[in-house]
Amino acid sequence: MSETKYKMIPTRDGFGHGLVELGKVNKDVVVLSADLTESTRANWFKKEFPDRFFGLGVAEQDMIGVAAGFALMGKTPFACTFGVFASGRAWDQIRVSVAYMNLNVKIVGTHGGISVGPDGATHQALEEISLMRILPNMTMIVPCDALEAKKATISAANHKGPVYIRLGRSGAPVITKEEDVFKIGKASLLKDGKDVTIFACGTMVYESLMACETLSKEGINARLINMHTPKPIDKDCIIKAAKETGAVVTAEEHTIAGGLGSAISEVLAENCPVPIKFVGVRDKFGQSGEPEELFEYFGLKAKNIVQAAKDAIAMKR
Amino acid sequence: MAQILDIKELKKKAVGIRKDVLKMLTMAGSGHTGGSLSIVEILIVLYYREMRNDPKAPKWPGRDRFLLSKGHACPALYAVLAEKGYFNKEDLWGLRKLGSKLQGHPQIGLAGIEISSGSLGQGLSIANGMALAARLDKSDTRIYCLMGDGETNEGQVWEAAMTASHYKLDSLCAIIDYNKLQIDGFCCEVKDMGAYLDKWKDFGWNVIETDGHDIEKLINAFDKAKTVKGIPTVIVAHTIKGKGVSFVENKVEWHGIAPKKEEYEKAVKELDEELKKI
Repeated sequence: MSETKYKMIPTRDGFGHGLVELGKVNKDVVVLSADLTESTRANWFKKEFPDRFFGLGVAEQDMIGVAAGFALMGKTPFACTFGVFASGRAWDQIRVSVAYMNLNVKIVGTHGGISVGPDGATHQALEEISLMRILPNMTMIVPCDALEAKKATISAANHKGPVYIRLGRSGAPVITKEEDVFKIGKASLLKDGKDVTIFACGTMVYESLMACETLSKEGINARLINMHTPKPIDKDCIIKAAKETGAVVTAEEHTIAGGLGSAISEVLAENCPVPIKFVGVRDKFGQSGEPEELFEYFGLKAKNIVQAAKDAIAMKR
Repeated sequence: MAQILDIKELKKKAVGIRKDVLKMLTMAGSGHTGGSLSIVEILIVLYYREMRNDPKAPKWPGRDRFLLSKGHACPALYAVLAEKGYFNKEDLWGLRKLGSKLQGHPQIGLAGIEISSGSLGQGLSIANGMALAARLDKSDTRIYCLMGDGETNEGQVWEAAMTASHYKLDSLCAIIDYNKLQIDGFCCEVKDMGAYLDKWKDFGWNVIETDGHDIEKLINAFDKAKTVKGIPTVIVAHTIKGKGVSFVENKVEWHGIAPKKEEYEKAVKELDEELKKI
């Protein structure tokens, strides 16, 4: 991220803190890891509650099944690994052993998106929103900062049913406040506006915030909504914003195929069709590089959102 | 609690279950005949002798769990559950019909069904999670997981096998329906798994080999499994796919088809003869 007034903390850290807090108050919470215990911050829980931590080795499919077994016995398991492995490698296990049975399994995929950086495409998950939101019973959360990630972790434990939480590796600006209310499925309005609505999730919420500042200087009053829950999506909020602003931009550090933009356009196409522009990765794998360079390369910067907003507004006429 | 029936009665039960399975499949017009018939005695021993269960309280927390990982063999499980009184026997005839709780592959929500299954290779991992949870709760619940031999082509099974031995899950007992056939042909021709029993031993399991159609031997195998501490047990049960019906036995083509009406009648005649001999 470029220079910012905000504190930089990875969302995975927020998850790690949330998990420790949960461990203290909820004896049913157990944590599973597929050999990425430190990277996912599950090690903080492991240190405090070693009896409720289970390492499964490099075996994501088994881990998801083990999580299902725990859930069937009344526990609340958090299964942690990188997003690529959590969502892709074990997708059928999530489909049959978790979503189909509607079990109380929480899947945590860290290292989502290209902000993973130099590890390259195999480790940069760009498909989790698409892969998870097509599963019945599944809830999908993409927190925008560490504070929201902590709240999402605690909310996920209190929510009955499968939840996937997408987290990032790199430091992300903490733009929300302790007192902000987080509710699964309820989008949060970050800035009101009347000319265009920007729906964003994860790291792109910060980029959108920066975009709003630029737009405002140019006389465009954009509304910004943090869509932290791509599923179940907050339909009322989307329809209301489209009606009131008449143009929409979606922003995600994710493929646009099936992702947040698709989810929002599904709602709009059926209920309130308005011009819409997608900011996201377009039918490409990631690659090695520094996060900042990759955001530039894939067109995920505030300036790209600014352009998309102008294009969407232009299409109104 | 399990009703105690003598061996002769259990053998009669097995014939009755086979007849129910064939009737269900014939009425459904589709389904998996071979692999359902090969697991009948295993289920009979588990549900009538081995497991602590209560059909009147199917969710009793202290119960032992049975996971049918080879979900396609569910007609046999449905028939045994109905016979035990988990649900009405009449429900069996709705197998695979729209709106029936007796789905083509098992789905939780039907009394006695512990997991949804059908995508192969997933049951043993779930069994691991259950055994670990039971240990955390200091419960003596035992977990049984039945897999097909073809099913163990799946890599996840061996991930799970390592987990079970790593965590010394001695409350876990896997059973292999070792009928040596899978959809595409004989297991050894489709994908030769080599020294099969040694594989399980190498993965750290206590291996018990037995005849999967001999009720007394199965009872002994399950008894022995319970005495082994510190490692999980797998019972490799030699079975015959399609067991009990001469023209179905050991026939690859009977993996995924249901009997036609004439075939059903012929099969029932054979089974009735069998019943007379017990």
